[in-house]
Amino acid sequence: MSAPQGITLATLTKDIRLEWRSKDAINSMLFFALLVVVVFSFSFDPVAEESRQIAGGLVWVAFLFAAVVALNQTWARELRNQVLDAYRVSPAPENSLFLAKALGNFIFVGVLELLMTPLFIVFYKLRALGPAWQLIPVAILGTWAIVVNGTFFAAMSLRTRSREIMLPLLLFPITIPALLSMVEATTTILVGDPSTSAKFWIVLLATYDVVFTTGCLALFGTVLHAE
Amino acid sequence: MKKAFPILGLLTAVLLSYALYEALVVAPTEQTMGDVQRIFYYHVPSAWTAFLLFFLNFLASVQYLVRRDPKTDAIANWVVIALGVLTCIAPYAFRNLLPVGVYPSSVVTTGIAFVGLYFLIHKLFSEQQTDMLALTTAEVGVVFCTVVLVTGPIWARPVWGIWWTWDVRLTSTLVLWLIYVSYLVLRRFSSSGQTPVLAAALAVFGALDVPLVYFSIWFFRTQHPQPVIGGGGAIDPRMLHVLLINWLAFLCFAFLVCWSRYRLERAKREVDETLALEALLEPRSALR
Amino acid sequence: MTYLYTAYAATWAIHVVYLVTVVRRYSQLKKEVDELNRKKS
Repeated sequence: MSAPQGITLATLTKDIRLEWRSKDAINSMLFFALLVVVVFSFSFDPVAEESRQIAGGLVWVAFLFAAVVALNQTWARELRNQVLDAYRVSPAPENSLFLAKALGNFIFVGVLELLMTPLFIVFYKLRALGPAWQLIPVAILGTWAIVVNGTFFAAMSLRTRSREIMLPLLLFPITIPALLSMVEATTTILVGDPSTSAKFWIVLLATYDVVFTTGCLALFGTVLHAE
Repeated sequence: MKKAFPILGLLTAVLLSYALYEALVVAPTEQTMGDVQRIFYYHVPSAWTAFLLFFLNFLASVQYLVRRDPKTDAIANWVVIALGVLTCIAPYAFRNLLPVGVYPSSVVTTGIAFVGLYFLIHKLFSEQQTDMLALTTAEVGVVFCTVVLVTGPIWARPVWGIWWTWDVRLTSTLVLWLIYVSYLVLRRFSSSGQTPVLAAALAVFGALDVPLVYFSIWFFRTQHPQPVIGGGGAIDPRMLHVLLINWLAFLCFAFLVCWSRYRLERAKREVDETLALEALLEPRSALR
Repeated sequence: MTYLYTAYAATWAIHVVYLVTVVRRYSQLKKEVDELNRKKS
């Protein structure tokens, strides 16, 4: 396979292998998401009918915060072993590294979502009254929106003080349109009101993904060399 | 140059006082809301000024990024000209696609203003200076945006009985404020020598986000309507006159504030550069 | 209406606070420069 895809795949498999052995990120993300689920359950009656209105927002807030846990350590390993410097000097295209990191994060957060969804269904007695299959594009597009910008901003925050705070501080405002779309789409699907449709939100999510994936790919080289 | 500042300051103060008089006395009283509506003459010009400043920040950030390499600079110039030409032709070619209330002439004016501002900045500011311009406009923009977010609720309370409503405009303005505050935080907390580059990238992202923010919240609000601060619809021409006077006054004021902030930034960088140079030339005395 | 005057006052309060910070940073800078010049001579 050609060089850039080869590099992306190699970096991606390396990250997955490292994560599989240590399970650092997955464990902390899982525990965090579980805590969020339990704490939120104190704030409202999870069984009542109204819970379906709120559940969409809760689920995505839990996933967002858990994703930040994963994103924060995206580049930490590279920084520790001077891999970033090696990358800057090598002729490898920077976008391969970025895609590998973003895809890796996407897989980790995706695994988290797969593990947490049954828990949410059980704890909050969730049942989609609308077309449940639509939740799949929402999950894919929404997760990618968080992960692509998160990986980019994680790289940006590398040389800042309070690095762990800087990432959510930069990420959350910019991701608001995507978050709104994800939450509204999920709520629309869960509530299942026939006069509403999640289609607009899914299209908006897709637009957001296209715009910001392009932006990240265009500017990642700049950010990498700026550190 | 130095003499101009106090004179302009005085003129601006006079203009602001006149605008205040117009807003409080001359403008007709609104039928439904009464005198409270006069907050409008401060709220709206501050919003327009903030948006203009953030737009300038976007232009300055883009320029900072493209001017590092002469090739990208040339490409960017052509893209800007192409966009300008497009905004001159498109509204007339696709007249039926324009949203209600948007005139082709306003699109054309915006397009020409965009091109004009871009090249004006290109001419007047060197590469490093565009970075200072970006920082200045972001900071002053956040100040004006804060004014919008404070006057909005003060207006909402007597009119609607609530301090805040998640309507399209207030929510979008809040998100805008959050984006640019995060920009300023990055500037403050980043200790890399390449902070300007990172900040410029963030500014571009933020600017790209703005239409998405507005659009998403707008659709959200068509699903879940809420009271709208400021109302919409036609405006009495006398009120429009007062509004524009106030906007002009605030624009002059914003210009002076930006100028002061810019001078401060320039002085600060000169001092930093001198200190760094001295540390290089006389290492032992600098350590003393 | 008190709300009206509060709004106008709040606007100017915000602007004044910002201008004060700018002026203060400027005078701090000037002090720094004067001190450095003193040290040099």
